[in-house]
Amino acid sequence: MKHRTFFWFILPTLSAMILFIALPIVSVFIQSLFVQHEQVLVVSESCGPFGCVEETQVDTEATAKLREEQPLGQFNGLATYFDRSHLASAEIAEVWRTSTGLSSFIDGIMDLKFYKALVFTLTYTFVVTPLVLVFGLAVAVGVNNLPKAFRGVAIFISLLPFLVATIVGSMILSWMVDGEGIIGATLQNIFNDPSLSIKASTPLMWIMLMVYGVWHTLPFAFITFYAGLQTVPQDTLEAARVDGANKWQTMISVVVPHLMPLVSFVTLMLLMDNFRVFEPLVSFQAEAHAQSLSTFIVSDLREAGNPLYASASATSMLTILGVVILLTPVLIRTWRDFTAKAH
Amino acid sequence: MATKAESRLTTLKVVSYALVIIWLIIAAFPFLWTVWGSFKVQGDFFSKADWTNAIYGILTTRETGGAFTLNGYYGAWIQEEFWRNVFNTLVIVFFTVCISLTFGTLGGYALARSGFRYAFWVLMAALAFRAMPHITLVSGYMLPFFEWNIWGLKATTVIVLVAINQPFTLWMLHSFFLNIPKDMDESAMVDGCTRFQAFWNVIVPVMWPGVITTGLFSFLLAYNDYAVTSMLLSKPNETMVPAVASFLGSVQVQGNIMFAVAAVVSATAPLFVLILFFQRQIVSGLTAGAVKG
Repeated sequence: MKHRTFFWFILPTLSAMILFIALPIVSVFIQSLFVQHEQVLVVSESCGPFGCVEETQVDTEATAKLREEQPLGQFNGLATYFDRSHLASAEIAEVWRTSTGLSSFIDGIMDLKFYKALVFTLTYTFVVTPLVLVFGLAVAVGVNNLPKAFRGVAIFISLLPFLVATIVGSMILSWMVDGEGIIGATLQNIFNDPSLSIKASTPLMWIMLMVYGVWHTLPFAFITFYAGLQTVPQDTLEAARVDGANKWQTMISVVVPHLMPLVSFVTLMLLMDNFRVFEPLVSFQAEAHAQSLSTFIVSDLREAGNPLYASASATSMLTILGVVILLTPVLIRTWRDFTAKAH
Repeated sequence: MATKAESRLTTLKVVSYALVIIWLIIAAFPFLWTVWGSFKVQGDFFSKADWTNAIYGILTTRETGGAFTLNGYYGAWIQEEFWRNVFNTLVIVFFTVCISLTFGTLGGYALARSGFRYAFWVLMAALAFRAMPHITLVSGYMLPFFEWNIWGLKATTVIVLVAINQPFTLWMLHSFFLNIPKDMDESAMVDGCTRFQAFWNVIVPVMWPGVITTGLFSFLLAYNDYAVTSMLLSKPNETMVPAVASFLGSVQVQGNIMFAVAAVVSATAPLFVLILFFQRQIVSGLTAGAVKG
């Protein structure tokens, strides 16, 4: 294909991606370097019978004008990144000095908003991803063992939790585990503790969110592995059986190695999606117990009447940095594969 | 023909059956429960005292005279005007899917037919874009959109969804076009077609299976999106999913949680039908990138 033809074919999609994905990232970066103007203050002296008093007033008109002229605000450099609600370098140093041991250091860090969100996001990502891989493979093998007639139904049912909107799926579960809902009430009966409620307990809320995460993404791993199982070479299976391998040994030494490329693909997708966990926290109304990096950004943007663009942007840039770090190993591998193929 | 050894029930087999059955119950039960419960009153849906109330609808019979009630649906669709959100969803989803597919087919075709190295870089960039958390992009849109006064419009959201959708669409269609033999369009070009004519007359007629599969995923993305639609649409333009989420706050306060339940079921029902009819395409689409690449 000629360069010129290629250009015209790729133009619409490329311009859409540049305008609405690449430029917004630049815009986020620029916004993160500015802070909103402080209010313009005027000091006036009013003299009365008891002497003169200096009064400080907010000049609303001038403030509005200034904000109108420079919507970005004033240049702040990287200060937003290191302030109290982000990397909090000063606070960390303070905690480091005053903490008496590891646990008090961790407690001190968990008081900082950004680290709290980061810890939740990472915990969620690194708990849900392996669980989904393992259970997804187990279910795929199970469905593959089913008689052919039942497989379609099993796949149909399995697709539901994955394809339903995250917010809707998590809402359905949140009603069921509510103190009055079927699962919540049953658990209260089993443990004989009427005050048991996920809305009241941080550990329970974290567990629930991760259970939801597994429920929601397991079908994706399952379907991919199931498709992979259809392509396992029968000869190798036969050979393993002839050599006296039992089912379990065949599984470990033939099937799993055959699925390895799929495992890295699914891992990549799961890492990307789990790292931006957002909707379940909205549906479970978890803000009191768990914040992820995404909900942290939204809460800044929703700040009534006065969105904290700078703060949201700084968190966004840090989130993107996190994604990059997370994906680097996978991208390096893809690059190696590509260059290996080219030679 | 199953041999004797294969048809025998081994422990391993029992365990794997049990696992599948447990998973299927976990996957299906929440939906069945909620669909059934959406026809009850709140006292039955959240029946702490006796869970069988939710099945037989004791309180529903007492309050409304029948074991099933449409009060939740009436409240959501008429009283809370959920039909407006349904209409907005239809408009936004329709345009998003159409534009995504048009852009994606052109781009995907070019990437599949170009042997140059920059095609690889475009695909890599698309992968990196795919990894960007949507909410970070949204925080980049907010300020400029407010400045230009285009915040809240349906058209803005459509174009944003199209763009966010592109990396995925591009990858998927690219791998579909790789499977269409190069000889087809090249022989058309030997016969004197331009590249676009070859694309239009030879490739377009045979690309529909791939386009339909990709279209299904574009549909799902636009239909299910929350991060973009909840931040970029004004109240009257809201689609179903953010509307359901905002029900959660507003109706819970008024004790009308059944409105939200009914709305959730209404928003989920079309997906049931979709999976029923397009299961094969969805499965092939989910695995297209993985099994072949």
